[in-house]
Amino acid sequence: MPVAVETSRLHKSYGDVRALRGVDLRVETGSVFGLLGPNGAGKTTAVRILTTLLAPDEGSAHVAGFDVVREAAKVRQHIGLAGQYAAVDENLTGFENLDMVGRLYHLGRGRSRERSRELLASFDLSEAGDRLVRTYSGGMRRRLDLAAALVARPPVLFLDEPTTGLDIRSRIGLWDAIEALVSEGTTVLLTTQYLDEADRLADRIAVIDQGLVIAEGTPDELKAQVGGERLEIHLCDGDLGDEAVAALASIASERPFLENGTVRVPVAERRGTIANAVRRLDEAGIAIDDISVSTPTLDDVFLTLTGHAAEQEAEEAEAPAR
Amino acid sequence: MTALAYGISDTLVLAKRSLLRIPRQPDLLVGFTIQPILFVLLFVFVFGGAIQTPGFDYVDFLMPGIIVQSICFGGFVTALGLSDDLKKGLMDRFRSLPMTRSALLTGRTLGDVVTNVFQLVVMIAVGLLVGFNFSSSVGEVIAGIALCLLIGYAFSWVFAFIGLTASSPEAANAYGFTILFPLTFVSSAFVPVASMPGWLQPIAEHNPFTYMVNAVRALFLGIPAGNDVWLALAWTLAIIVVFAPLSAWRYRRVVAR
Repeated sequence: MPVAVETSRLHKSYGDVRALRGVDLRVETGSVFGLLGPNGAGKTTAVRILTTLLAPDEGSAHVAGFDVVREAAKVRQHIGLAGQYAAVDENLTGFENLDMVGRLYHLGRGRSRERSRELLASFDLSEAGDRLVRTYSGGMRRRLDLAAALVARPPVLFLDEPTTGLDIRSRIGLWDAIEALVSEGTTVLLTTQYLDEADRLADRIAVIDQGLVIAEGTPDELKAQVGGERLEIHLCDGDLGDEAVAALASIASERPFLENGTVRVPVAERRGTIANAVRRLDEAGIAIDDISVSTPTLDDVFLTLTGHAAEQEAEEAEAPAR
Repeated sequence: MTALAYGISDTLVLAKRSLLRIPRQPDLLVGFTIQPILFVLLFVFVFGGAIQTPGFDYVDFLMPGIIVQSICFGGFVTALGLSDDLKKGLMDRFRSLPMTRSALLTGRTLGDVVTNVFQLVVMIAVGLLVGFNFSSSVGEVIAGIALCLLIGYAFSWVFAFIGLTASSPEAANAYGFTILFPLTFVSSAFVPVASMPGWLQPIAEHNPFTYMVNAVRALFLGIPAGNDVWLALAWTLAIIVVFAPLSAWRYRRVVAR
């Protein structure tokens, strides 16, 4: 099974809203694939189609080699889903939640119990396992939700915004858990609106915006699309920006530019650049407040590709149709 | 295992889940124990003295009515549970599992049958304590209890439909009570229909709930039932035949978004 997930020209509309407008994805077995985009971009719709919750209007999709529409029952035997709403029952204990899911995967009574205890232990929930979930913190719920998706050791795992709304400590804990899974060979398709999350976890990333994949590649390939490293210089006297741009033009790989009072200088070579820049500005009599070399982030990728920032868009976007 | 065996196993797993919820939510626990007891006591000792029931002690007249009413509301857990599952995304988890999908509905309604048995035991015990007497044969009492459980099961499907239609558990609560309260009160459950104003009597008489109460009353008290038992049975089965497919249809619609 070389390809874990493959879609071809997926379309889905909700009334007038075209959530997916021809999406092609290909996820190699054993890899982590990040579907990156702002709220309302179509990420959740794609996951819902791939997990057989929703039928596409057009196009086709295969998961673990099975067609998500014609062989939906087979697909369900090979997937795990952890959603953005931590789909666990608050009125059950952590153990009861996992055991229920195990029984619904038809693991058998003893096997299901054993597996539930095992998962509680590996997600650091052993002590809380016999407490009602409504007493859990947000991070504990997400870990339980992820554990529930893993009860039947599915070869393909879908994580729909696994860390949205979590504090940074819980996010890092969840990232560690996901990385551990991947090392065991599980294929993961995760959606996220956090660029650092995709950067850290994904082998390949598809950037999705308004129902279309607008770029695809490894994190490094995507970063390369926005150019290499650059110098960022804050001047003591902001009025001297134009003079600084002129003074630094000869060491830049592309034309330096001013952005919010900061001089940005794309450079081809990291080594020696700072010393070079300092010398030139010194010769021109321009005082430096702060200087640093920055590596492009996926934020820059997003801005370049879509013309708008991801985070800002996420805040302004309407809640996605569900 | 065969598909049928899986279906039964899935239904039992989810029925258990539905039942586990009750002792853990104090409002539900109160709803299933203290509330019916309070109702019996209020009607027997507060209203009872003012209500004339020719030919019966009021407690004998009341108990079959109040039992059928409580049983009807027992299915409320299904409305609450389904509505909650939709809101919290649990429905998505279940539907991504290789389980029998209809078990989400059959598990809930089966769980209600168990709560209904529990309610029935509580109500009958309280009834006997405040002076209710079964005055029919053992066979009739058993038939009456069976009819009560069937009525409860039918109303679980009504509540399943309400839970899948309402936008939130609170709305499900509001719909359920707004529809069912008038239905149960404009009937022969608490007062003789003959004591109502003339214009209301035909409505109360043809209320399916009146047939159900009259049937259970006849079976518990050993009075002539006429066609009431058959009419009650027909109405009960009709409710299941209409609301089970309606709930299944509603379920498919509500999750296909």
